[in-house]
Formats: sequence, structure tokens, C-alpha cells
Amino acid sequence: MTTEIVNLPVPRLVWRKRLRRSPAATLGAAALILLLLLAAFAPWLAPYDPNLQHIEIRLAPPSHAHWLGTDGFGRDLAARVIYGTRPTLLLVSLVLLFTVPFGLTVGMVAGLGGGWAERILMRLTDMVLALPSLVLALAMVAVLGPGLFNGALALALTAWPAYARLARAETQLLRRSDYLAAARMHGIYGVRLVFGHVLPMCLPTAVVRAALDMGGMILAIAGLGFLGMGVPPPTAEWGAMVAEGGKVIFDQWWVAAAPGGAIVLACLAFNLLGDGLRDWLDPRHD
Amino acid sequence: MTAASLLARGLRRLGTHALTWGLTLSGLLLFTFLLSRLSPIDSALQWVGDHASASSYAQARLALGLDRPLPLQFAHYLGQLLHGDLGMSRSTSQPVLDDLKRVFPATLELATVAIVVGSAFGLSLALLSARYPGGAIDTLARVFALFAYSLPVFWLGLLALLLFYARLHWAGGPGRLDDVYLYTLPQGSGFLLYDAWRSGDRTLLANVLSHLCLPALVLALHACANIARLMRAGLLAEMRKDYILASRARGAGPWRVLLAHALPNAGALLLTVLALSYAGLLEGAVLTETVFAWPGVGRYLTTALFAADTAAILGATLLIGLCFILLNALADVLIHFFDPRSV
Repeated sequence: MTTEIVNLPVPRLVWRKRLRRSPAATLGAAALILLLLLAAFAPWLAPYDPNLQHIEIRLAPPSHAHWLGTDGFGRDLAARVIYGTRPTLLLVSLVLLFTVPFGLTVGMVAGLGGGWAERILMRLTDMVLALPSLVLALAMVAVLGPGLFNGALALALTAWPAYARLARAETQLLRRSDYLAAARMHGIYGVRLVFGHVLPMCLPTAVVRAALDMGGMILAIAGLGFLGMGVPPPTAEWGAMVAEGGKVIFDQWWVAAAPGGAIVLACLAFNLLGDGLRDWLDPRHD
Repeated sequence: MTAASLLARGLRRLGTHALTWGLTLSGLLLFTFLLSRLSPIDSALQWVGDHASASSYAQARLALGLDRPLPLQFAHYLGQLLHGDLGMSRSTSQPVLDDLKRVFPATLELATVAIVVGSAFGLSLALLSARYPGGAIDTLARVFALFAYSLPVFWLGLLALLLFYARLHWAGGPGRLDDVYLYTLPQGSGFLLYDAWRSGDRTLLANVLSHLCLPALVLALHACANIARLMRAGLLAEMRKDYILASRARGAGPWRVLLAHALPNAGALLLTVLALSYAGLLEGAVLTETVFAWPGVGRYLTTALFAADTAAILGATLLIGLCFILLNALADVLIHFFDPRSV
């Protein structure tokens, strides 16, 4: 018996092979790591203080001293783009933190419980799915006041049903499985059954879904920022920076182009990663 | 099964759908109601002003019904809505309902043109990539979708304005038409394309079109990618089925099989995708309209955001949410008629 276990392939090698097979996912993962590094080491990587104003060089075109030019207050755009990774990634993580646990719990309880609990919970899920998410988020932030926490809460409000549906589909397959019957025979019920035995089966699909959702989430966050409902100024945030650049788009296009490009790159990273992860973990999907 | 029992079953299913629509609608209403009550802006204080005495403040609270329990306030709110009372907009000093009636045609026109353009391109792409899966067009469609999902519409709109309006002069700028025409335009339906066509003024129609093309194309991009991706998957799933093999064996060509056999069977999916994309466009219009200064519901909403005009914000939210629910319901009903299997 033990020799068989020893002969199993070393996991790291499998990872390497998979990485080579999916260049898109590798590219996405690399870009994501780059973003995380930029966010973590922004103070060391940024050439200037992102909020330092130099009115005499306002709206300067890209040059050797200011790679991406300067904005309307003479702040260095490269520094602001680098610092802009911070609120974006922070908001994305907050939204994930709110939605994934909640959605998965709803889905698992519905899938395991069946009957009325399932009907009510899934009706609620369908209900939220049929509502316009960006507009509801806008209304909520507008009324409750902008900010990191409120923004994340507003976006999370309509983002959880995807995870509930997915967890319910996975759980339904498990409901009558021998695996759960065995767990029940060991006297495992309730919370421990749900989180110890059902949750691990739902996580892989949830991870793929989260990676696929992140691109859209970044766009939504940038959209809120663009409409002035994101992180309050002077914090560097990509969407708000595009809005600022929009005022001078016809004469100083680089002010809007630089943060917009950053949004596109961040989105591409997540979308590539999501596509790649889906191909690995869910080969049925074409 | 008799026709009567089939009809009964169909009605029952529609009834279940109707229950979901009703629940969604009440969820939306509850959301806007709670937001209006959670708002840190004290509506009684707004009514009487900052320097009012305590007694007139209390009187205002009483008159506005703010002292009553929340469920009663909600019932009162529903009653107001049923009478078409969405409150007064603080920024335009008009009833919100009148404002929305005025701006809605602009949004509807933009979204409709965008869905026509988006579905024409999206469906063509889907058909071509389902006909040659793994081919050059399929790969191109994949890359296109990847970029379409990664481009923020507001940024794309700005760049499009810069290139096609400011530099190349190919398209009209922000707004629905040049200022010159603003006063010569005949009063009409609010759908400028239709009004301009009816007036018979060629230059006016050309001007309306030149202003419409950029926002419509930018808005259509996302819908196009969505339709292409989902319809490709749907068509390929149909192509794997036995009836396709059977008709191929009887001598039907690959295009005929795709267009005459697979496409009609993917019709239910197409309807769903179209309805959802249309709804998504109405929402995407919020950002696009802001960029292109398009006087529709989206810009009304964003202007209200900056003015902290709660009644206008919630009114616009309700309108867009209502469109979402109606389009979802429409998709359910249409699918039910065209494809009774899939309910």
C-alpha cells in the first residue's frame, strides 16, 4: 500500500506542467502578482508622493521626469496609478469577504435542507439576481455616503447570489451521496457537516467563479469611482482619476489614458486567470 | 394530454413566474423605501429648514408621518407610488415622475440602437465561431470578448470622443444633437431618430445619427461580447445532439444544419440572452450617458448623485429596476410561447 502512495506524482511538477499548458492563466497570475507587489510596495516603487502638488507643472505631458505626465494639480500620474492599486484591491477583497461566505452558506443550507428552506432561499437568490446591481450600489452609496466600507457593502449586496446558486448545485449532487451518509453515521451533523464536509466540495468552483467575477468587480468599482461615489479624494483611485482626466480629454489625453490603462490591465489579469482556472478545474466546460 | 390540461399546466407555470416577479418587485420597493428612511438627510429638517423651532420641526415630522411605525410608513409609501407620486426633485424642482418621463425616451433610444447593433454583430460572431470552432474567427471572437469584458465603458467612451470627434471629426460630440438644431426640432415623441425621420429634414437626421453612433457603439460592445460568447456555447451544445447528426446524414449542408436546425433550437437561450443584455444596456447607460452628456435616465441619476437629491436618485433606481423586472418577465413569457420544453 505505501509504495503506491510514494509513486504518486509530486504535486509541484503537476503545477508546472499545467502552467506550461495554459499560457493565458500564467500571464494572468503573473500580472496579478505584479499588482499585489505594486500595492504592497507602493511607497518604495512610486517615483513621487502621489498627493504632492506642483501647480507650476500641472498637466505636463509624459516625460523623463514624469513617465506618465502629471494631472490637473501637478501630481505625478505614475505614482498615482501605482498607489491606485491599493483601494482597488482592498475593495475587491472586501467584496469577496462579504459575498463568498454568505453566498456559499445560503446555497449549502438550501441544497442540504431542501423543502421550504430551499424554496425560500432560492427565491430570494433569484430575486436579487433580477435587480440592476450597479444602479442599486450607486443608490446605496449615494444615500449612505461614499467610502471604502459602504462601497464594498453596496457591491456585495447584489454579488452573492452567484455563489449561492453554485453551492446549491454542488450540494444537491452531494445530498444523497455515500460520502455524506458516512459522515452522518459518524454522528456529524449541522454546522460541522456543512462546513467540514460540504464546503470543501464547493470551494473549487467558487474559486473559479470568484476569479471570473473579479474583472467585472474591478469595472464596477472603477465605475463607482468615476461617478464620484468611490473612495473620497485626494486618495488616488483609478475610476476617479479617469473622471478627472475626462475634463481635459481633448487637450491632455494622458491624464485619463493612464489610469484607464491600469484598469484594463488589472481586469485582463483577473479575466485571464479566471479563464485559465476554469479550464484546469472544470474540463467539461469548452 | 388534452389541450385543456396543457393550458392549465402552462398557466400554473406562468403563475409561479409571476410570483417571482412580484417578489422581486416588492424587494426593489423595500430597498428604495429603506434607503429613503436610512438616509442621513433628515427629511423633516429639509422641509422646515435649519432654523425652525422645535415645535414646527415636530409638526413637520407628524405631517410627514415620520412618527409612525415603519410598516405603516411603507404602506403609505406604496400608496404614494401607486398614485405616481415619486416625490419632488430638489435639483430640478419638478415632480420626479415628470422628470423621468422626459428623460426616459433618450435612454430607451440609445439602449435600443445598441441592442440592435450588439445582437447583429454578436450573433454573426457566434454563428461563425460555431461553424468553425477553433478556427481563426473563433479565436478572434475569444480575444475580442476578453477585451470587451476588461474595458471600462466610461474610459472607452472618452477615448472614442477624443479620436472620432475631436481629432477625426467623423462623429458628433456629446449630447443628442448640435445646438443649432435644438430649437428647430419639432416637438414629438422624444425619440429623436423617429422625430427627425418624420420631419423629413435629411440634415437633421444625419446630425442625430452622428451623435448617436459613438455612445451606441461603445454601449453595444459589452452586449455584443456577451451574446457572441453565450450563443456560441449554446449553438455548439445543440450541434453535438443526435438530430444534427441525423440531418447531416440526410444530406443537409453544415450551414443549413446550423441555421435551420441548431439556431431555432437555441432560440430560448437567444431570447434570454437578448433580454438580459437589453436590461444590462439600460444599466450600462448610466456610465455611458455621463460620458456623452446624453440627457437620459443615467445622466439624470448621476446629476442627482452630486446634488444629493434623494427623491430623484430613488426614482431613477426604481425605474431602471422596473425595466429589469419587466424584461426578465418578458423573456420568461416569450420562452414559454416559443419553447414550451424549456420551462
